[in-house]
Amino acid sequence: MLAVFWDTFFSGLVLGGIYALVAVGLTLQYGVARVMNLAYGEFTIAGAFLAYVAFIQYQVSPLITLFFALPLGFALNWAVYRLLMVPLARRTPTGASMEVTTILATFGLLFVVQGALLIAFGGSYYSYSFLAVPVDVLGSIVPANRLVAAGVALAASTGLYLFLLASRYGTAIRAVSVNAGAAPLVGIDPARYAALAFAVGGALVAASGVLLSMFLTFNTSMGIVFTMKALIIVIMGGVGNVLGAFFAGLLLGVVESVVSAYVDPGLTLAANFMIFLSVLLLRPTGLFGRRA
Amino acid sequence: MNESSRPLQQSALVLVCAAVLAIAPYMFEAYGLGLLSSMLMYTAMATAWSIFSSPTRYVSLATAAFFGIGAYTTAAVGESLGPALTLCIAAAIGFLVALVVGLVTLRLAGVYFVIFTFGLAELIRQLVTWWEAKFGGTLGRYVFIDVTQNQIYWQLLGVAALVFLVGVWVRSSRIGWAAIAIGEDEQAARHIGVNATKVKVLLFAGVSTAMSIVGAVMAPRWTYIDPAIAFNPLVSFQTMIMALLGGGSRLYGPALGVVPLVILSEVLQAQFPNYFSLMLGIVFLAIVYLMPNGVTGLLDSLRASRRPRSHVAPQASKEGAL
Repeated sequence: MLAVFWDTFFSGLVLGGIYALVAVGLTLQYGVARVMNLAYGEFTIAGAFLAYVAFIQYQVSPLITLFFALPLGFALNWAVYRLLMVPLARRTPTGASMEVTTILATFGLLFVVQGALLIAFGGSYYSYSFLAVPVDVLGSIVPANRLVAAGVALAASTGLYLFLLASRYGTAIRAVSVNAGAAPLVGIDPARYAALAFAVGGALVAASGVLLSMFLTFNTSMGIVFTMKALIIVIMGGVGNVLGAFFAGLLLGVVESVVSAYVDPGLTLAANFMIFLSVLLLRPTGLFGRRA
Repeated sequence: MNESSRPLQQSALVLVCAAVLAIAPYMFEAYGLGLLSSMLMYTAMATAWSIFSSPTRYVSLATAAFFGIGAYTTAAVGESLGPALTLCIAAAIGFLVALVVGLVTLRLAGVYFVIFTFGLAELIRQLVTWWEAKFGGTLGRYVFIDVTQNQIYWQLLGVAALVFLVGVWVRSSRIGWAAIAIGEDEQAARHIGVNATKVKVLLFAGVSTAMSIVGAVMAPRWTYIDPAIAFNPLVSFQTMIMALLGGGSRLYGPALGVVPLVILSEVLQAQFPNYFSLMLGIVFLAIVYLMPNGVTGLLDSLRASRRPRSHVAPQASKEGAL
């Protein structure tokens, strides 16, 4: 009984580690650059397809693809911010209507990326077998690929946290996140660092796609699922709060795993939404945020 | 112009248009009528969407949820209860769900509202899937209802006309002005005595009811439905794109967006099915960047730019400064 629960809990934790990485990128994009990027999950899937093509056609291990996915995601998202988001920010200076406008723009982007992937890969499901061997962790059997993915996700999240906390760029990003209006007073150009934060978020989401592809069967229309999950985690963790997003991601993974094992696998998404709604209504600043 | 007579004139215009359109089944064959039915379906839904979302600026992606509720009601009880009662039940369920959702979510600020409605359709779809698998024993349902294409067309026409009449009434009544005030600045609106929650919930529930009825009317056209068809999120997206392309500054705006986009998606789906998403995305981006206020916004600004040349010039030029 306890062993079964430990199995469920641990596999939820592993899943949650990867959710956390997916969400950490979005919390950067939304918290600093103020762009609610609905095309976010499409970039996850794009990363997954990148890893798939590299592995199947060129026999490149996804762990190596990771090092290409990071700069690629960075450059692509930097371009998206510069070309698509900056003109919108110029047109709508006020916060609220800017958010709604960026939602509409990234919504169009969602279909463009999804459409491009659909043309390249069609609608069928893809997967490949990488490190599909069982590993015994404290009495719980976990596939090695999931474990590696969760480990890399943990390392990447920690790296990002240290970058934000200790480096000069990270400090500037946090300054813009706290008060974009006051940042120029201390010599920080908010537009530049917003672009940087958006691009770093994009690099992480591409990397999370590569990690997910190691153990998940995916297709071109699954992006929305990841966008929704990332959004739920970001709001649970508190917008712009990287540490909050990380723990909220773990929590969501565990909740999904427990609901799927003890209640009904068909109700995991419903459980997601119940959490999401309760957080929004009871603690709109997030589980770890200050009270509004 | 005499302001109080305008709603009456507009209502009369709606009825005349509906009467003219009602003869279409005698003039078009099956294919043309199917296309017209799609246009009417989206006209009803995009106009309903715009009645709530344009003035209040609460962007809703819940259209598919209510459309699906209607469609599933027909699939579940349409055969046994007959069309009139089915439509009433669909409307009642849509209204009740919208009321609950509205009361819970409309206190959420802009982005959170978009996200919640974005997920609502998925949530309901999952719940229906789970329910059908657990208690229904099957995932899909056959819809065998004795109704002709012509009858579906007339029903859609009736719903669309009703939505327009409600729209005329809303735009000329206090609730319409209250909605505009909420969209401008909700805090300020509350301060001048607008009961913002009541206005939002009533409008949201009203337009959602119309969407449910549209879904209930459309269900027999498919003969087979499952949750993925009934709660297809594309319905929400397309409704929103059409309404935005048309523009929300006029009641007839969304219809101007519906006609070109229904034709475009028909052509795309027939000729280049693989390019559908890509083209949809490009059209969407083009709307957001090139004509953010839609066709009617473009017409309004053309009219405004022409005005200074006429007699009213001195005062009107101030508007141009915006």
